Amino acid sequence: MCRIGSIKSKKYIHPSKVLKLMRSQQKGHDNSGFAFIMQDLGGIFENYKDLPILSMAVTDEGMKYAEDLLHKIGFVRVFQYNLEVCPDSSLKIETMPNYVFEVFQYPKNYKNSSLEEKENLLLDTRLKLRKHLEQNEEGFVYSFYPDVISLKEIGDPNDIGTYFNLWSEEVNLRAKIITAQCRQNTNYDIVRYAAHPFFLQGYTTLTNGENTFYEKNKLMQQKLHRGYIGFESDSQCFLYTLHYVHKILKWPLKYYKHVLTPLSYEEIQKRDNKNVLERIKVSLQNLEINGPNTTIGVLPDGTMFNVIDSKKLRPTVVCKDGDIVVMTSEVTGANEILPTRDISKDIYTNERELVVVDNDLNIQRIAQ
Amino acid sequence: MTTVNINSISKDDLPWIIEYESDKCQLCGRCVAACSFGAIKVDVQKRKKVQAISNEEGFQIDEAQKAIPVIRQVIDANNFCRGCGICTKVCPNNAINVTRNRTEIFGTRYRAKTAQSVKRGGRSNLHTEGRTLDKIKVGRISQMTDPSLDATRHTFDLRTNLGRVVSADNLDFDVENGELKEKQNESLPVNTSIYPIMFSDMSIGALSPRMWEAIAIATAYLNEVKNIPIRMATGEGGIPDKLLRSKYLKYMILQIASGHFGWNRIINSMPYMIENPAGILIKIGQGAKPGDGGLLMAEKNVKLIQEIRGVPKADLLSPPNHQGLYSIEESVQKMFLSMNCAFRFKVPVAIKVAASSTSVSVYNNLLRDPYNIVGGFFIDGLQGGTGAAHEISLNHTGHPIVSKLRDCYLAAVHQGKQGQIPIFAGGGVGMNGNLAADTFKMICLGASGVFVGKLILQIAGCVGNDFGKCNGCNTGKCPIGITTQNPKLMQRLDVDRVAENIVNYITATDIELKKLLAPVGNSTLPVGRSDALVCVDKNVAERLNIQYVC
Ligand code: SF4
Ligand code: SF4
Repeated sequence: MCRIGSIKSKKYIHPSKVLKLMRSQQKGHDNSGFAFIMQDLGGIFENYKDLPILSMAVTDEGMKYAEDLLHKIGFVRVFQYNLEVCPDSSLKIETMPNYVFEVFQYPKNYKNSSLEEKENLLLDTRLKLRKHLEQNEEGFVYSFYPDVISLKEIGDPNDIGTYFNLWSEEVNLRAKIITAQCRQNTNYDIVRYAAHPFFLQGYTTLTNGENTFYEKNKLMQQKLHRGYIGFESDSQCFLYTLHYVHKILKWPLKYYKHVLTPLSYEEIQKRDNKNVLERIKVSLQNLEINGPNTTIGVLPDGTMFNVIDSKKLRPTVVCKDGDIVVMTSEVTGANEILPTRDISKDIYTNERELVVVDNDLNIQRIAQ
Repeated sequence: MTTVNINSISKDDLPWIIEYESDKCQLCGRCVAACSFGAIKVDVQKRKKVQAISNEEGFQIDEAQKAIPVIRQVIDANNFCRGCGICTKVCPNNAINVTRNRTEIFGTRYRAKTAQSVKRGGRSNLHTEGRTLDKIKVGRISQMTDPSLDATRHTFDLRTNLGRVVSADNLDFDVENGELKEKQNESLPVNTSIYPIMFSDMSIGALSPRMWEAIAIATAYLNEVKNIPIRMATGEGGIPDKLLRSKYLKYMILQIASGHFGWNRIINSMPYMIENPAGILIKIGQGAKPGDGGLLMAEKNVKLIQEIRGVPKADLLSPPNHQGLYSIEESVQKMFLSMNCAFRFKVPVAIKVAASSTSVSVYNNLLRDPYNIVGGFFIDGLQGGTGAAHEISLNHTGHPIVSKLRDCYLAAVHQGKQGQIPIFAGGGVGMNGNLAADTFKMICLGASGVFVGKLILQIAGCVGNDFGKCNGCNTGKCPIGITTQNPKLMQRLDVDRVAENIVNYITATDIELKKLLAPVGNSTLPVGRSDALVCVDKNVAERLNIQYVC
């Protein structure tokens, strides 16, 4: 089972923190990858908060195609950061030739465009790029959005850390929100796109477990939005449902829980808002999940949250110490990062609640 | 010399042959009294009795002709033995038995003699296709990563929806203080949560009032005592006033079929209704005899039926079509709208059609209904049962239900509208006795629920089967009292016992459904979760788009 974890901090932190968070959680035989997403960036990206950053791992041909495509659309590159790598034949890692984070200025004709228009442009550009890279096996594009960088790689998580020099806390890479996954028990083909966290237009999720309603979720989501593609992992469904509920339908976050794990019909009848809950249950019956899962998510405004399945089969612990909140699938990770916290305040999310952390690190438990 | 009458029906033309052992028979007469079809009679047989009488000279042979009473099979095109086995059942001496005549010539003789088509009840008696559902297994068992559930301790949400579902973006809620609120004056279509199994539409008329009452009692008991919100479809022809005006109406789905029988009474009762019915079912067709309307022979149209339906004593033949039905779009505008209006948009209005090559087009069309007033799509396959039909329809018309259900579901997926008009499928569901297994598989293939009829009759004691046994439901002479209006035959049915058996069967089915949900790790209905299924037949697997296994 994959290990997932996230850190939300008032101060900028370095990704080595999530490496440490995840390293102690590893068990079992298959540590097939490591991936992370950084949001609310500091370090060398701090001055480009409003500009989209393209995160990709590509061949030279892929890189050239990306540059040409973006140039053609009118994007102007303002900054590029290539991850420095430390090759060593003893490291267990499958590498790509280039790991690039590029910051762009929007095309001129988008100067007065709304955020939504810009978001659509970024999405369409990424989809076009992805399609080409996929067809020609020229690499992977993970995100193209302001204030976000993503990295996913196949291999031993420790070695991935060493390869990208992530153990040393150099100053360039900094963020206030970092979500990460250690892949384990990769039941299917090991594909970079299948690694969490998944990101779409400011929304991030990472999930472990097994989505037994994957088929229903996928068939439904494919028709809902052009950005709902891929489905390399059954956990992607959680991201698309979040995006749909919160961004497209514009429903408050707490209804995400009602869509993922709706109350039973009998329970709904006891609620004051039974009409609303019943409508949600039937209208979005195909987005329900009924497997054992826990999901950690991040909203565009930086809110971080956790929900688990209604059978309470996949735990998550939420821990806080000072300026840092950690959400993670195994408590050992939190012990590593926050060893001196008051563990009596740790929250193990229950099956009928949503645990939410705001930007002041206030933790709220919202009963379903 | 006597002539042999070779052109009339003879005993070995009959579909069932009576085997009678006169030496065991005590002539109690029970078999003849019990045979509702008049297929056996008491007769006499001439027997030569040879006796040796001793006298002074030794002995003397005495030959006497004697008339011995015996039970004899009636050889007649109408009062022929149906093989129901009631005579065997009632015989205390094991003196009478019945076996199937394998020559299968009776239908030919019958037509040749009467110039009539063969009519009967029951299901198709041809077994050409094999049973698709039995070739499908629940093969995706949770192991390791997603644990199976405990069927006895876990809480399952065994409910489904009847009623038109609108897409989430059409819910158009207001957000107030972080809460979603339904918009004032917003009239969204009604949704109702019900059990995924429904008692199929069998009318009072087709069924005896006692049988119908037993199903109604079972329905009420399952709802009120067992917490199983099952619904009963009434069938064509209306229901008694008393029920229309009772609180139990909320468990009933009222049917309007092409004859519109009983609707006068329903409309007159509307001001007095204290509950809304559970739904309205517009019946266009039925799987057992697609393209045919209802058929109630005059023998069964007794006083009570005449009253409920508001008709005189006569054969009641519903037309094959609703009068004035011209197109799908227009049916939505007229029939659905008027039914919705009549019940103030508070009752889901669904449609029942016979499965057909055209079902997908009909369903596609209904899914595009702009008024959101089509609350359910009931498709009935060719293995469905009926009270009366021409055998040619039963055996040779119709469409199997499984692939049709799948096609309709996938058509909805294609439109991105799966679940918006819930599909209920029937026609042979539970015909092997395993209702839970069939229901579960149909749900995984895309049904929101199933409806079941013939099986309920079998639970009530129907002795008929799909191999020619009995199937005399059309005659009004049902030996069990299920499909008859004959007061004496009706008395054979113990209403309370039948209701109890139905309740027991559904209670067992509920347990078994959980035994299927548990290993796939789901606590809610896996509607459309076809990846839970595998199939041992390659063609079926390919057709249904599920995994082939061997
Ligand atoms: S089997 Fe049924 S129909 Fe035939 S003789 Fe016996 S009771 Fe009559
Ligand atoms: S319902 Fe009655 S008449 Fe019909 S098959 Fe069953 S026992 Fe025979």
